[in-house]
Amino acid sequence: MIATQELIEKALQLSRADACIVIADETNCLNIRWANNELTSNGFSRSRQLTIISILNSAEGTSTGVVLASGVTCESLETLVRKAEGIARATVPAKDAQPLLTGRTSPNWDEPSPETSVEVLSRFVPAMGGALSRARCEGRLLFGYAEHASRSTYLASSTGLRLRHDQPAGRVEMNAKSCDHYASVWGGTVGTTVADIDVEELELYLTRRLGWARRRLKLPAGRYETLLLPSPVADLMLWLYSSAGARNAHDGGTVFSKYGDGTRIGERISPVSMSLRSDPATPGLQCNPFVVAYASGDTSSIFDNGLPLLSTNWISDGTLSALVQTRLSASLTGLPVTPRIDNLILEGPLGMGHALDEMIANTARGLLVSSLWYIREADPRTLLLTGLTRDGVFLIERGEIVGAVNNFRFNESPVDLLGRISEVGITERTLPREEVKFMGTAMPPLRISDFNMSSVSEAL
Amino acid sequence: MPSEIDPMFLALPLRELADAALGRACAAGAAHADFRCEWIKDAQLSLRDCALDGAHSSIASALGVRVVLDGAWGFASCTELTTDGAAQTAARAMEMAKITRPLCSERVELAAEPVHSNVTWISSYEMNPFDVPDSDKLALLDDWSRGIMAGKGVNHVYAKLQAVQENKFYADLAGTVTTQERVRIHPQFIAISIDAANGSFETMRTLAPPVSQGWEYLTRAEWDWDAELACLPELLAEKMRAPSVEAGTYDLVIDPSNLWLTIHESIGHATELDRVLGYEAAYAGTSFATFDKFGILKYGSPVVNVTADRIAEHGLATIGYDDEGVAAQCWDIIRDGVLFGYQLDRRTARLRGFARSNGCASGDSASCMAIQRMANISLKPAIGGPSTENLIAATKRGIYVVGDKSWSIDMQRYNFQFTGQRFYKIENGRLAGQLRDVAYQSTTTDFWGSAEAVGGPATYVLYGADRCGKSQPLQLAAVSHGSPSVLFRNIRVLNMSQEAER
Repeated sequence: MIATQELIEKALQLSRADACIVIADETNCLNIRWANNELTSNGFSRSRQLTIISILNSAEGTSTGVVLASGVTCESLETLVRKAEGIARATVPAKDAQPLLTGRTSPNWDEPSPETSVEVLSRFVPAMGGALSRARCEGRLLFGYAEHASRSTYLASSTGLRLRHDQPAGRVEMNAKSCDHYASVWGGTVGTTVADIDVEELELYLTRRLGWARRRLKLPAGRYETLLLPSPVADLMLWLYSSAGARNAHDGGTVFSKYGDGTRIGERISPVSMSLRSDPATPGLQCNPFVVAYASGDTSSIFDNGLPLLSTNWISDGTLSALVQTRLSASLTGLPVTPRIDNLILEGPLGMGHALDEMIANTARGLLVSSLWYIREADPRTLLLTGLTRDGVFLIERGEIVGAVNNFRFNESPVDLLGRISEVGITERTLPREEVKFMGTAMPPLRISDFNMSSVSEAL
Repeated sequence: MPSEIDPMFLALPLRELADAALGRACAAGAAHADFRCEWIKDAQLSLRDCALDGAHSSIASALGVRVVLDGAWGFASCTELTTDGAAQTAARAMEMAKITRPLCSERVELAAEPVHSNVTWISSYEMNPFDVPDSDKLALLDDWSRGIMAGKGVNHVYAKLQAVQENKFYADLAGTVTTQERVRIHPQFIAISIDAANGSFETMRTLAPPVSQGWEYLTRAEWDWDAELACLPELLAEKMRAPSVEAGTYDLVIDPSNLWLTIHESIGHATELDRVLGYEAAYAGTSFATFDKFGILKYGSPVVNVTADRIAEHGLATIGYDDEGVAAQCWDIIRDGVLFGYQLDRRTARLRGFARSNGCASGDSASCMAIQRMANISLKPAIGGPSTENLIAATKRGIYVVGDKSWSIDMQRYNFQFTGQRFYKIENGRLAGQLRDVAYQSTTTDFWGSAEAVGGPATYVLYGADRCGKSQPLQLAAVSHGSPSVLFRNIRVLNMSQEAER
């Protein structure tokens, strides 16, 4: 199979358009899934996908044609390039046209593609085998998923860009249930490779929590003082992030719109001096340091391909300070260009957070929520979300966990929640439960004094 | 209807690739091996306020090999469609089976299926959307968007069109060889009205569902686009003026344009046998409809009869043969309100003693292992049953629910909450204007148990979803749901604006 760099150069040479951008994504993914202490499926997938973006200038403006294809060979490459050019010729000018980024080269551009083999599972499988065996003996049921994914993204242009980013990532998530299914707890760990993940530590974490769930309590719907663990906080903040497009806010259709007057940037969202930010260089959360855009839309523009990504504060000191921009939306809103970055970090005031154990000890009566699920937008005007608690709702009384509680349906807006935080814990790397494609998150536990558990769910 | 599979797909060396992969698996002693090669064309166009917002088209092609070796599954895939690639992929599948064997205590066994040798199937469509020039598509979307934009009070219009052509080739060691093609299309328009004075906005979306049809869906009378587009601005304006609902308990008449999603979430997902067995417990969830309740569970009132099929014309889950070589079928899920059937694949069928799978295995591309996915799940209309107007007339105090919007349901498919595109107050058997901020919330068996009357065949429409998610790694599937209008008694209605308040 021809090397990716070579295929990209050939594509650029074949281009007859005024400009051309080529993006290649190589992905190797190994995964294992289990349920009821038994393997259910696995997979070792390899793929290479090419995106060709042809750009044509005319008196009317600049138009583009975008084609994505996998399994591209030298023989099929020219057809693909001509197809992209054909689309560009037949379509109307793009509204988001901007000058393309020019000549930067990543230091690792010429390196061979990283190799992955089943060997990456050689530590995980025996460790998992031990956990399943102990679960069978000790009367627990384990369900879960482990994945090792290695992704390399190459971005090249006829204007001289040769950018590359390699992103390896491993994760293990596990759900442990008692044999009668009434106790159910979840935890997830993420790392650079699945081989680095300590399965036994995760198993111990879950076994301890199953112990907490031996006493089962029923509570009615209502508003409760609630400690949200970092993982559910990540899921809620990712919803906020995905609704933080500047263009839609400016047009007047989102929670960040200020009707008749642009966006809510500059408005205080939280009384707490917290920050929500993204930074591609954050240790342990490194991600792509340049824009990669496969299509234009509300929060992305193919013309922004290659734009360097720098540390961006979405919320600073509790105040909304940036929304997700393209160069087009930045010019429409009169704000800086702050494109989306693939990590998200929420932090309270520096040096002031307590560890989770202390936060529990300081709770007179409240709930500890381990994860949230099936989160959907119920009202876009306030970003009201509805969803369920899942796999570990515990009651705290006088500073101690006294038992597991039924699940609830909640109705809450993450934007509104930020305005009602009464305590921010210590930020740590965490795996969101539902937003599986986005793993670069670091969140603190949060205390909310009046979280809306709208109705009881009998689901286990 | 086209008489032949896309010749560009047939030009791929499908048999040679299959032989290379299956030969390798057979030589290594695999008890079962199947080979899939798929080609998926996907084109999307979006307009924002009558200007092109984005467009892209993709062609994904991949091959995947699944084996059962020494009682354990192994799966691998690649995008390199060469005989070397196919053989190496088979080898990797067997490596995966070997390395994960220690995690199995049970052997994988599959329910038998007759051999279907060299069969072909094509979905029912007339004009392939990929044969329609982009300029024609853009012109139509632009024209229709302008019509909506000209409506009083409309501030923004979003238009989106997606077309997909899937080609599938399947071959297994038993001798089944299937070559199939299906086409689907999904146009949608959303109108937005902004109330700057009150810092608020409302939206109204077209109800036309994604369907397994071609371009004719937009150009012929398959769906009454003229009527739907003409009404949109006024419906939106009415919603902007509508009073906020008083939360409480109401009778609901639910139009199929909304009820299809409730069927999907509370019946479709709850009767997938792999969920019932716990395969999705850590992710998509389980089901309250446990196997011990099979044939016993009172799912709903006696007027509730639900079927599953992969044969309905224009159904999004409709196919000739599934991704394990099982022929498409039709069967009962709920009969006279009682749980009567599940959706199976070959492994789960065997695990629970069914003689045969009912053909629900599907992978969203050849890059993923085929797993059990939803068939078209539909609520039967009542022969000679009432019209929607009759159902409204039978309601003293209620709400008529039209169009789907947000949805959410819990991990066992009990507690759900749905909103909609528009809600009409019903007073003494008549519609009395729209309401805002409405959601209905219930528990599945309570909800279906309160179904009092099911509409007749004239109220039945096939709706559906094209992005149903399940499994890890995540796979998407498209599925249709037919439904009549239905009258439900005493359902909890929330005011979502009050839910957001403190």
